[in-house]
Amino acid sequence: MAIPKVCGIETEYGIFVRGPVSESASNPVSASSLLINAYLAANLRKVGWDFEDEHPGSDARGFSVDDLLEPEIETHLVNAVLTNGARYYVDHAHPEISTPECRTAREALVFDRAAEEIVWASMQAANALLPAGAEVLCHKNNSDGKGNSYGCHENYLVARDVPFGRIVHQITPHFVTRQIVVGAGKVGCELPGVSTAEVPFQISQRADFFEEEVGLETTLKRPIINTRDEPHCDASKYRRLHVIVGDANMSETATLVKLGATSILLAMIEDDVVGDDWTLANPVAAIRHVSHDPTLQRLVTLRNGRRVTALEIQWGLLELALKYERSHGLEPVGHDVGREVLALWEGILTGLESNPESVAHQVDWVAKRRVVQAYAARHDAQAGDARLKALDLQYHDLRRDKCLARRVGLDVLTTEAEVLDAMTNPPLTTRAYFRGRCLAKWPDEIVAANWDSMVFDIGREPLRRVPMMEPLRGTAESVARLIDESDTPAELLARLGS
Amino acid sequence: MAERTQKQKATPSRTEEEVEAAPAVVGGSDKLKAELDDLLDEIDDVLETNAEDFVKSYVQKGGQ
Repeated sequence: MAIPKVCGIETEYGIFVRGPVSESASNPVSASSLLINAYLAANLRKVGWDFEDEHPGSDARGFSVDDLLEPEIETHLVNAVLTNGARYYVDHAHPEISTPECRTAREALVFDRAAEEIVWASMQAANALLPAGAEVLCHKNNSDGKGNSYGCHENYLVARDVPFGRIVHQITPHFVTRQIVVGAGKVGCELPGVSTAEVPFQISQRADFFEEEVGLETTLKRPIINTRDEPHCDASKYRRLHVIVGDANMSETATLVKLGATSILLAMIEDDVVGDDWTLANPVAAIRHVSHDPTLQRLVTLRNGRRVTALEIQWGLLELALKYERSHGLEPVGHDVGREVLALWEGILTGLESNPESVAHQVDWVAKRRVVQAYAARHDAQAGDARLKALDLQYHDLRRDKCLARRVGLDVLTTEAEVLDAMTNPPLTTRAYFRGRCLAKWPDEIVAANWDSMVFDIGREPLRRVPMMEPLRGTAESVARLIDESDTPAELLARLGS
Repeated sequence: MAERTQKQKATPSRTEEEVEAAPAVVGGSDKLKAELDDLLDEIDDVLETNAEDFVKSYVQKGGQ
């Protein structure tokens, strides 16, 4: 039986400082710290993150490499929990925001948009602290065009009793081919040995950086399926599938379909209705092959010997999803959101098949390519011209006056009011509600917070740790009244315990 | 291909809509072209004045 597809997105933003600042201030770690601290100082008190339950070295295949891999998180760096339930921190020399746990892809879209707005607000707060003429720039992209990549990861709650091997085999065809729907597009190529003349434009930001089918790494030899087994909840019941293969999207439609279609397919895998018809012979070669062909004509080989296009695989998976909707319903992903995602997915595939430009208002790589091609034609710019790469970078620029994605006519699916609300208030539908509300109400009494617990100081020894091992407990429905009616954390904990 | 053929048969209404929309698309493409021209004018203003320097200085540390 498929379980609710609780999900979230974590994005590492590109960052750099320019203008009259010292070398140490322009270092990306310092710049990231400045950015986040400036936001926190302007907006809220800081509550520290609690690392006790972090085990990034645990492997879903059943062993642990904690002895080999130190936890990647550097605890001395800025690391804060926000009142919307998100985490805002410095990771690998990038500012990163993990959205709170969301019940649906639609909610996660709103919190991903709120994260962009938080970074934008942070840029303004940081610029006020920098010398005149200096500014910090952030980009929601995944590569600098020089071989350095940083991630936009998705997380999905999956039932522990589903064999991990089944997940690997059955979701991989989607991870290889969904880029034609949700790829963010890239000018040039960063695969060693392949020139920009050979690949002037490709579909995905990330495809050049994947070297393995399955593995634990995230920063080198990146795998299409990441096996980090760190559920941040009851490990006997759940996994958190940590997806590192996607691009950061500027198109809201793309973010919604990326999360929604993957959620639906994972529910289908839990209900064992996917099968192996679309298993690829060589996923790593295929992910690049697909990315490097914006004409969508290239064929990839399936394990059963058939040669098909990425579009055919996407149609095949959509067909299975439509059949699943009829046989099982879409409750695990939220019925209405699921229906919306299937309709968008089908519309985009239809458009890509007949006239890709017709989906330039939904698909990032199509929107970006259209602008790059038109610009190149107007200015007679050849492949490799820096202006074309500047267009690519500025597509993702979070400065409003410089961002191209804001200008190309992408559909907007969220309202300003809901995005603004999501910057400070948590989703109502998951344990993030409990986290965010408690942080907003009792910032001084919360010693530390984590995905699956919070530590309260109730004014006497010992500190009280509240475990939150169920992602769907602690929702507004179950705890809003308790929090509203409690004056102190001690009172809240007493009522929770009774 | 079997799946796709089946797919198209299953939704004939989609094909019909495309046929009906065809005459409008001709007028629409002029409009689209004009919009694209306006967009390019705007991009000429917005694009970093020294694109080459901007691109060269855009160096990130590898992340996850």
